Amino acid sequence: MATSSINVPNAGPVAGSRSFLSRLRDGDEIARVVTFLFAASVVLISLLLVVELWMQSTLPRHKFGFSFFLTRVWDPIAEQFGALPFIYGTLVTAAVALLIAVPLGIGAAIFLAELAPQKLSDPLQFFIDLLAAVPSVIYGLLGVFFVIPIMRQWVQPALKSTLGFLPLFQGPAYGIGFLTAGVVLAIMVIPYIISVSREVLLSVPRDQREAALALGSTRWESTWKVVVPFARTGIMGSIFLALARALGETMAVTMVIGNTPTISASLFSPGYSIAAVIANEFTEATGDLYLGALIELGLVLFLLTFILNGLARLMMLLTTQRGSGTAQA
Amino acid sequence: MTARLRWRKLVSGFMLTMTGVCALVAVSVLFFILGYLVYNGGTSINWDFFTKLPTPVGEAGGGMANAIVGSAKLLLLASLFGVPIGFFGGIYLAEFSGQKVAFVVRYAADLLNGVPSIVIGIFAYALAVLPFKHFSTLAGAFALGLMMIPITLRNTEEFLLGVPRNLREGSMALGAGKWTTIVRVVVPAAYRGIMTAILLALARVAGETAPLLFTAFGNRFWSPGLNQPTASLPVVIYNYAISPYDDWHRQAWAAGLVLLGLILMVNIIARVILSRGVAVPRS
Repeated sequence: MATSSINVPNAGPVAGSRSFLSRLRDGDEIARVVTFLFAASVVLISLLLVVELWMQSTLPRHKFGFSFFLTRVWDPIAEQFGALPFIYGTLVTAAVALLIAVPLGIGAAIFLAELAPQKLSDPLQFFIDLLAAVPSVIYGLLGVFFVIPIMRQWVQPALKSTLGFLPLFQGPAYGIGFLTAGVVLAIMVIPYIISVSREVLLSVPRDQREAALALGSTRWESTWKVVVPFARTGIMGSIFLALARALGETMAVTMVIGNTPTISASLFSPGYSIAAVIANEFTEATGDLYLGALIELGLVLFLLTFILNGLARLMMLLTTQRGSGTAQA
Repeated sequence: MTARLRWRKLVSGFMLTMTGVCALVAVSVLFFILGYLVYNGGTSINWDFFTKLPTPVGEAGGGMANAIVGSAKLLLLASLFGVPIGFFGGIYLAEFSGQKVAFVVRYAADLLNGVPSIVIGIFAYALAVLPFKHFSTLAGAFALGLMMIPITLRNTEEFLLGVPRNLREGSMALGAGKWTTIVRVVVPAAYRGIMTAILLALARVAGETAPLLFTAFGNRFWSPGLNQPTASLPVVIYNYAISPYDDWHRQAWAAGLVLLGLILMVNIIARVILSRGVAVPRS
């Protein structure tokens, strides 16, 4: 007993140094450093991305300044570059997409989260996840050979004869253009809205629903007046996420928008988007100023999606926290 | 039952039915896409499609062997680049890092994940094409690999954190060091989830077209080397679809069917078989 109690103070430092050595031998310290390097490289890559976009677009930023965003002339031969038609096209197509996708997506999410029994809801969600995995070039393929003819022959003439008095639905029906691009984009972002909204709706505490039902509301009233408002922030987040996707979407839009830099009130008019002009003209851009202008467009796209994604994440976080907070209370 | 209550019940029934219709419409899009691809592309898939090079315009026949091999090469190289960074970075976040570093790395990964694929293309162009003055398979793989990093990283971290604490403690109590514990206990416990995530990341970049347009570019022939441009399925689909030739359209449908078939298959395998009992990540 006495010997062991004497040995204890000595054992401390010895054991400590031995464990450091053995830690080194087991590779713990090496592993920490090596895995840290991998993690740090992710940060480095992200920083490099921002720096590259900024540096490579120096030329047009200095030459055009802020007027780059307000000029509508895009003339590579005269070296005049204005981004307005592309920004306009990007925003208009995204707006059309959200107008269609938001009601459909939220409706479907309500069905999956509130109404369908789990046996039905889970397989349906599985199909929705598969739908989100369909690559955009496939949507573009169907856009070119299916959506465009349908728009030209049926949808656009029908809109023209009924709502033709609005400036939105005037002009010749080519099939291509803002409206078609918006429709294709809508189909593409619906799965994102559904998946995220469903999750947010599922996180709404059960007693909220029960309280509403106990007060005599119908099933729809409890859903629409209690559950949906509770999940409002998160659903907004899903919409922002969808908006970010829609703004950055390239292939499908490029294939159906018509690729003409126009600003027109008519949704039937062919247009252009930021992502589409980069995809089309990047490889043929001659001269540093031309290339720089395209990269500056990329920078604009990056900043737009960066802000939207940040807002979306914040909103979803707020809702889920609120849900769990109330559940505990 | 008062008229008002009847009205409210009617509204409730109607709106709930409408939500069902919304869900039905959304899901039926998937089956429509699949059916339409099979209808248009099914007849064009034959042995030649997988084994022959594209023929010049106007000449019937030919296939996309070079694009299929090109896509496979791009995906393999992209995984070699993206998966290790994501995987080991994820291990660092879950096992070693402090709060502040983890926050920064997570933030960077989420930022990278949200970048539109066309901007990833610009970045890869500036880094891997501009200095060498020509398009290459490596540049394309670099772009795709970049897109795999955040998905692999966040999911690895998530699944490692999901491993119960007492497994780690048990291993440590038996005298294993931290790294031994990670390699022999924690990672094996989480490998199903991590594999699922990697497969889903692969399926996602397999269909990416925009980042390849000005990195891997395209090629009508076999790619002679990794530092030369290569054909890939998504880019060929794009080029053929916007071309004016019927024969190319036919081939675009066939290629679309093959690409979508492969992607959906990987998704189903990953989600149904591998992820038994694991919460499936959503890309």
